[in-house]
Parts: sequence; structure tokens; C-alpha cells
Amino acid sequence: MKHRTFFWFFLPTALAMLVFIAAPIVSVVIQSLFVPHEAVLVETENCGPFGCTKSTVIDQEATALLSEEQPLGRFAGLEIYLDRGHLAFSDIGEAWRTSDGLGSFFATVLDLPFYDALSFTLSYTFVCTPLLIILGFAIAVAVNSLSRQIKGLVIFFSLLPMIVTPLVGSLILFWMIDSRGVLGNLISYLANDPDLSLKASTPLMWIALFVYGIWSSAPFAFVVFYAGLQTVPQDTLESAQIDGATRWQQIRYVVIPHLMPLVTFVALIQLMDNFRVFEPIVGFNAQAHAKSLSWIIYNDLGGETRQLSAAATTSVLTILGVAILLSPVLIRTWRDFRGSS
Amino acid sequence: MAATRRTPLSLRIGLVAFLIAWLLLAAFPFLWTVWGSFKVELDFFSIANWTDAITGERTRIAHGGPYTSDGYAGAWVINEFWRNAINTFIVCFFVVCTSLTIGTLGGYALSRSGHNYVFWLLITALIFRAMPPITLVSGYLPPFFQWNLWGYLPTAIIVLVAINQPFTLWMLHSFFQKIPKDLDESARVDGCTQFQAFRYVIIPVMWPGVITTGLFSFLLAYNDFAVTTMLLNQDNRTMIPQIAAFLGTTYTEGNVMYAVAAVVSATVPLFLLVMFFQRQIVSGLTAGAVKG
Repeated sequence: MKHRTFFWFFLPTALAMLVFIAAPIVSVVIQSLFVPHEAVLVETENCGPFGCTKSTVIDQEATALLSEEQPLGRFAGLEIYLDRGHLAFSDIGEAWRTSDGLGSFFATVLDLPFYDALSFTLSYTFVCTPLLIILGFAIAVAVNSLSRQIKGLVIFFSLLPMIVTPLVGSLILFWMIDSRGVLGNLISYLANDPDLSLKASTPLMWIALFVYGIWSSAPFAFVVFYAGLQTVPQDTLESAQIDGATRWQQIRYVVIPHLMPLVTFVALIQLMDNFRVFEPIVGFNAQAHAKSLSWIIYNDLGGETRQLSAAATTSVLTILGVAILLSPVLIRTWRDFRGSS
Repeated sequence: MAATRRTPLSLRIGLVAFLIAWLLLAAFPFLWTVWGSFKVELDFFSIANWTDAITGERTRIAHGGPYTSDGYAGAWVINEFWRNAINTFIVCFFVVCTSLTIGTLGGYALSRSGHNYVFWLLITALIFRAMPPITLVSGYLPPFFQWNLWGYLPTAIIVLVAINQPFTLWMLHSFFQKIPKDLDESARVDGCTQFQAFRYVIIPVMWPGVITTGLFSFLLAYNDFAVTTMLLNQDNRTMIPQIAAFLGTTYTEGNVMYAVAAVVSATVPLFLLVMFFQRQIVSGLTAGAVKG
């Protein structure tokens, strides 16, 4: 296809992505380097019959002029990145000097909002992703052994947790594990503790969120692996059987190596998706126990005071996090590309 | 073949038990919530006895029968959830149509051009796909406020279309690569322009791939919470942000059942979607994967 024709075919989608993805990224980076103007204050002295009083008022005119001259706000450089709500290097340094052991040092650091959210986001990503891959693989192997008639029905129900809106899915689970819900009752019965409540316990809330993450994404892994199982070379399997391989050995040495590219694919997609974990925290009403990076951005943007600069800074840090997660894949793709051309 | 060696009974029982456990895990929450949405709050969130949620003891006392549609009436009539349903329909319809139109053109071009930049465009799309949409929102807000675009449905639609594009392009690119190049090349030899070749040769055969991609565009638009909750004002909310808004008010006012009914209502279209398009969804999920 000629460059010219390609250009016209590709123009609409390129425009959409440039204006609404690329440009906002640039704008987010710029916003993170500026802080809004503070109102210009003037001190005036009112002298009356009872003496003089000093009062401070906002000089509306000067404030308006200032924000017209520099609409982005005051250039702050990396100031916002280093403040207490984000990277907080000075607080970490302080904690390092004053704390009397590694334990208390980490406790102080994890109390800082950004590191608190980062620790949850990373735990969620790296706990859920491997577990959902294992669960998905197990379901795929089990479904593959079923007869054709039941398969369709099983696949239908298996798809539901993934297809359903994340907020809706997390609400449905949350209502069940609520201390008055059916699973909450069951758990407190099993633990023999009538006051056991998920909302009061940070570790339980984390576990519940992990369970949601695995529940909602295992079907994706299942479907991909199930499709992969249909393409396992039958003659390799047969020769493995003739050589006396047990069932487990067949899976270990024939099926899993065959599915390895799919495992990489699922892991990549799920790392990206789990890193943006957000809706379950809203649905579980879990912000007292677990915050994610996306949730912090949402929280800064919402409400009456839209803290755009703070949100933009967290956004840039999140994008950097995604870039670091993706970098092994990108480097590999680039090497393949260079090798092939 | 596996059939030549009999599966031992213990293994078969183990597999079936595991599958039943998984099906319970996958389907039971939905059945439970649908059942519970026809009860009063004290039954669905029962302090006294969890079996109340099944038998509906307190529902019987309050309404004379084990079922009540009060939750649905509260959500759809009193809180006018139908407005949000209409908004969701509008958003989904236009997002799917627009993103398929521009996505097919782009995906077709990507699949038929052998130049180096195709690789870079696809990698860029992958990076865009990886970014959490909410990180872009603080970039949208200042211009939208300034030009008075914030809060309206068309704004949200265009943003969702753009966020949708990277995924749509990847998917359609792989579908178009499966359509033999000879088809449109022979049309070119016969004197068609590239666009005519696309119009008269490719469009008639591309529908399976386009429908599958459309399903996923629909799901993205329907399931979105981060973008719609930030970009739509109170009157234009779609269903999902409205459910989140219900949560804020209902926990205090004690009518959680409105939210339960709204959640069940929002699940029904997805349920039907899986029922009718299961095959397409499965093939779509694996389309990207099988290539590796």
C-alpha cells in the first residue's frame, strides 16, 4: 500500500489517538510540573476613629492578571513529585535517620500515601496474576476432559465473572461477604467469632480484594488456555504415551511447553490490567484498608477541590510504573524486530 | 488419543468435583444476588438467620408474600434509573459505531501495508492500551472546563472511542491479516482504487471479525467507570457511575436494595450478550493470543 493511501486510511484513528491519548499525556506531564497560583494577598490598613486595623484581602484583579499571564500556574519543577503525597524523599530520609530498626522504617514509609498505594497495587498485581493463571489452566484442563454437550454450558457460566462490569462484580461479591451477608455469616461461623467483620480488618480486606481479582480474571486465562489446548499436537502426546509418560508427565513435558507463549500473553495482559486496579476498591468500600494508585488519582480528581496537579503527578508516576512493567516485553519485541529486519 | 486410555475413576471424580466447585464460585454470586434483589433489606442482609434470604421471612411480614419488587420500583421509578439506562444505550451505540468505522479503516491499512512504521504504530497502540484510562483524566479536565465541554454525552463518547482505538486496531489488524491479500490485490489489478477494493471486496467478507470487535468495544463502553464518572455531570450519568452514586446515598438512607436492584438490572444485558455471542467472545479473546 502506498504511503499516501495508508495515510488517508489511518488518519481518523490516528487523529483520535493523538488528540485524546497522546495530547493528554503531554498535558498531564506539564500539569505535574506546575502548581496553581496562590491568591495575591494585599494588606490594607483601615484607620478609623478607634485606631487602625490591618486586614488582609485577596487582590482579585492581581490574581486574575497573574493567572492570565501564566495560565498553567507557577512553575514548580519537581516540587510536587517530592512532596509528602508523592515520592516524599525527605520523609524517607527522616525515617531512615530516626527509626531504630528496619521494621519501623518500613512501617513509616508504608504510611506515606504514595508508598501505601504502591505496595497494595504491586501486591495485588503480583499475587493475582500467577494465581489466576494457575486457576485458569486448571479449569481449562478440566473442561477439556468433558463431553461436548456440557462444555458450552460450563463455558457460559465461566465467562460471567469476567464479562460483568468490574464495579458490579465487586459489589455482588462485597454484599455476600458483608458481615450480614451469606458468606460473611459463614466465615464468622467457621472462625467461631461472631464479631468478625471484613470492614474492620486490613488483612481480610486485602484477601477479599485478591479473591475478587482472581475470580474476575481467571475466566480470561481459562478461555485462552482452553483454545490453546485444542492445538496441542496429538502425535507428540501419543508418542509420550507410548514411551510410558504418566498423565502428569504428559501435562508437564508436552502440554505446558506448548502453552508457554500463551502464558506469556495472559501474564502480559493481566499485569497491565491488574496494575490499574480501581473499581474493586470503590465497590468494596475498602479505601480505609487498601488504596491503589488509580484510586488515589480518582480521589484527588473528585470532590469539590479538584487537585489537578497532585492527580497529574500520581498519573505520571503510574504511567512510569506501567512502562517499567512493560519494558521487558518491549525490549524483547524490539530485539525480535531488529533481528528479523 | 485420550480415549484409548481409560481415565481412572478417582481422577474423573476429582475433575468433576473441581469443576462443580468452580461453577459454584462463578455462578452462585449472581444467582444469589438476583434472588436476593426481590427481598427486603433485612432478609438479604440478615442478622438473625441467613436462611431468611432464601425464604424471605421478613419480606412475607412486610409485603404479604416472599417476593417484592420494591427495590426495582425504587431504583427505576423513584430514582429514575431509566434515564441512566437510556444514557448508557446512547453512549454504547455511538462508541461502537464510531470506533468500528475508524478502526476498520485503520486496521485494514495496517494489515495491508508492509512498511516499517506499521510495527511502530502497533507498538505505540500497545503502550496506549497499557495505560490506565484514569491517568489521562486530569489531562482532559482543564480544556473540557475551559471550552465548556465537560459533562455532556458526546464528550464522553469521543473519549471512550479514542481509548478504545488501540485495542480495536490490534484486533481488527489480526482479523484482516486472515483475509487473503489476493482478494483485494486482484481487485486492484482489475483497476479498482484501494478504497474501492476495500469497499466492494473486503467489506462483504469482514463482518465476523467486525462483529467480534464490536462486542468488545461495547463491553468497554458499557463497563467503564473511571472515565464516565469523571467526565459526565449528574444529569448525564450512565448506569455504572449512577450505581456508584447510589452507594454514597443508600448506605446512609438505608435503601441498599435500590442499589442491589440497579446492579441486577445492569447485569441483565451482559448476561444476554454472553448467551447469544458466546462463540464470538471466545474467538475474540483468543484472536490475539493464538498468534503468540
